Amino acid sequence: MTTAAVRTTPFHSRTAALVRGHTWRHWAGYVVPASYDLIHDLEYAAIRGTAGLIDVTPLFKYRIHGPAARALLDRVVTRDVARSKVGQVLYTPWCDPEGKVLDDGTVTRLAEDLFRLTSAHPNLRWLHQNAVGMDVVIEDETYDTAALSLQGPAARQILNLVADRDLTKLKFFRAAETSLGAIPATVTRTGYTGDLGYEIWVANDRAEALWDLLIAAGAPHGLQPTGLLAMDVARIEAGLILIDVDYVSARRALIERQKSSPFELGLGWTVARDKAPFVGQRALERERVAGSAWALRGLVVDWDALEELYADVGLPSQVPALPWRTSAPVYVGGRQVGYATSGCWSPLLKKSLALAHLEAPHAAPGTEVEIEVTVEHRRRRALATVAKTPFFDPERKRA
Amino acid sequence: MRYDAIVLGSGPEELVGAASLAGGGRRVLVLEAGPEIGGAAAAEELLPGFRVDPVHADAGFLDPRVLRDLELDRYGLALLAPDPVLAALAEEGGALTFWRDPARTRVAIADRSARDAGRWEAFAERMEAFARILEEVAGRPAPRPAGPLRELAPFLGLGRRVRALGRSDMTELFRVLPLPAYDLLEDTFEDALLKGALGALSVRGLFQGPRAQGTALALLHHLVGSPTGCFGTRTVVRGGVGGLIEALDGAARARGVELRVDSKVERIEIERGRAVSLRLADGSGVAAHAILSGMGAARTLLDLAGPTWLDPDFVHALRQIRCRGGFARIHLALSEAPRFKGLAEPAAGTIVLAPSLDYVERAFDNAKHGEASERPVLEARIPSLADTTLAPAGRHVMSVDARFVPVDGRDSSAGFAGATAGDALADRAVALIAERAPNLPGAILGRKVLLPADMETRYGLDGGDPYQGELALDQLLFMRPVPGWSNYRTPIQGLYLCGNGTHPAGAITGASGRLAAGAVLADLEGHG
Repeated sequence: MTTAAVRTTPFHSRTAALVRGHTWRHWAGYVVPASYDLIHDLEYAAIRGTAGLIDVTPLFKYRIHGPAARALLDRVVTRDVARSKVGQVLYTPWCDPEGKVLDDGTVTRLAEDLFRLTSAHPNLRWLHQNAVGMDVVIEDETYDTAALSLQGPAARQILNLVADRDLTKLKFFRAAETSLGAIPATVTRTGYTGDLGYEIWVANDRAEALWDLLIAAGAPHGLQPTGLLAMDVARIEAGLILIDVDYVSARRALIERQKSSPFELGLGWTVARDKAPFVGQRALERERVAGSAWALRGLVVDWDALEELYADVGLPSQVPALPWRTSAPVYVGGRQVGYATSGCWSPLLKKSLALAHLEAPHAAPGTEVEIEVTVEHRRRRALATVAKTPFFDPERKRA
Repeated sequence: MRYDAIVLGSGPEELVGAASLAGGGRRVLVLEAGPEIGGAAAAEELLPGFRVDPVHADAGFLDPRVLRDLELDRYGLALLAPDPVLAALAEEGGALTFWRDPARTRVAIADRSARDAGRWEAFAERMEAFARILEEVAGRPAPRPAGPLRELAPFLGLGRRVRALGRSDMTELFRVLPLPAYDLLEDTFEDALLKGALGALSVRGLFQGPRAQGTALALLHHLVGSPTGCFGTRTVVRGGVGGLIEALDGAARARGVELRVDSKVERIEIERGRAVSLRLADGSGVAAHAILSGMGAARTLLDLAGPTWLDPDFVHALRQIRCRGGFARIHLALSEAPRFKGLAEPAAGTIVLAPSLDYVERAFDNAKHGEASERPVLEARIPSLADTTLAPAGRHVMSVDARFVPVDGRDSSAGFAGATAGDALADRAVALIAERAPNLPGAILGRKVLLPADMETRYGLDGGDPYQGELALDQLLFMRPVPGWSNYRTPIQGLYLCGNGTHPAGAITGASGRLAAGAVLADLEGHG
């Protein structure tokens, strides 16, 4: 048996030197730091307090250009790409013909007929299958393009120190072509933390120089190399879902019930009305009318309830040290009405949070439910309240 | 003004579809891209007074319901019954003739093999019984395994008919269906010429040799609608397929169908998932509640409608349809009929040059490697022997199909794309026949060669395939034109398919046109 080589990103020479505890995580065939220190608390604190620098190279990236580039993307994704402006970034899912989500990512309109699509899973074949008869070029730049995510309140300040133009005016979900130092880069005001932040896209051979440049400029401002665990806490606080964790791609689902529509994932806002035909449109229009069976919501676990459960066994309350991604049943009146797919202790909000799939009748914010928790090896249920996401939504994210 | 239905193309299935729609009280327009009603099925004049069917071999197995419903005899349709039905030319001269009367065929076979003669009638009867089962299937919409249960109901009767074959024949049916024709024929007969002739018939409509799985089914497929033992010749219409077109044209017009020639469709316009109108090459538009296209699934949906409204898997399936006609057609105008050595009667039916199964398989061996067969299988007809309307008195027309010719030759200089290549192939075919009928070369007044590429460019037949989809096991029944879409509907509302690429396929039957019209009418009524 042969095993595929584990890829390292173009930042590996820099990140590997800093990962002290061999705390690596696999992501799309790469290894990237889960945390740099043995615990991720400082890295999380950087995201919310100063700035974290995260290697997000493993994202799949496609450069799509040509006269039909817009038409292809409009055919694939649920957002209305025709209405996007040059320099705009769209977050969007895309679906199979039954309207079930295959993947989610961003579409950046770099020019009238030039786009970058990012995704969590490979999508090259899907793009080609949808491009039949279209005058469009699809280039897989996954392994040619490196990406860093600079996230946190100081991100703008740090970026402006190195950018050859002032990026203060770059709005939320907008892109700019610029140079950082002398490194040509695309900067998008996007991220996976729900904070002020940017993602920076450069050619592989400029990756190390970019890292060094940002660290040198950012260190005095508290810039901290940050791993996936800290980002996971931040993304749960921001209510951002994660493929393979919070939902199963329709492409990889083994049974029908594992699949979810955008409406069922809280992404109904991304399903454009009156746009050009796209894969899954008919099914989604039917669902829009008929209503969805499921909804993805936030849960806030009641602290007093947790405290009581622990008190029962003579322990003080404990909170999970790491963000979790096991499935936890959710009940109403003793009947299971859903399941939580990921959660964490929010150091900032001082709350135990979860993201959960709930049967639609039990999904109204404020609904009281119970979530299964394991207390001293026994399954117990703790009171929790259905909440809208994001749990944390700072002004600076958009400002 | 909006038509109830517009039919694209004016081949036999499209005309049956149009006439059936009009018979259902609908306002129907037929658009033919070419200058003549019939398209690829319209008769052509090779020389003044010499009429040929450009690509079709015969009028298939016309569904009796179509003949009856459209009263085609009132519009000049006359059926002929040439006899012998098949003459298999031997290497050493002489021929084995197959007659409408199985007993007479038995006598002919007895000259070559007493053992085969003894087996002939039982074989012919059994094959006919199996073909009757297929005929039953051909006259109904193909049931879709994943479709509603009611689609299966009509097939309960079919199940009874299969059981009525009796235990041993029923078992034999299921053994034969996927069998290579090679094995079926080797199991049954010893005479090479007999096996070669039937082997040649089993690869019609296929780009495969007789050793391929499913060729026994193809042999049966071509027997559907024929009388017992009539291998090689099915329905023959006076005036050829062109004569059938004239009758259908008459029946359609009598029902109020409007027909326009020189009307090439550029685009099917779709609004919110529904086909609403057509844009023609001259820039004009015409609207309809339903559009029934006989132009082939891929051409209709990918080229005319565009893939925008189609799911990627469906588009993929459309692009996977195999159309490989695999033959060149050589039309000859003759000053006199060829006189075959050792053949007493005029060969009014089909003439086959395929002296053995191995000869057929070897002919395919060349083709599968991208070259035209060194020694092609020839299938010829001299329809004017039985039909004096096709040529001036005493003169004749002859059509020779040379099998196999790949769609795209590997080497175009040795190739099959140019006129020179076609002429070389025609010369070879004529020389092969001349070895058995020496007067042929001197009798040729005119000649025309159609290579697969010509059939594609001139008649819109992808891959030079008159069947618009090889008759392979995976492209029949509910898998025709693509799996799950055998009921003439498409993912685009108001857009329907008919023609040879749809069930039942494999010949002119009228059944596809009739069944597709049924689907359109049912939807139009449901729609109000």
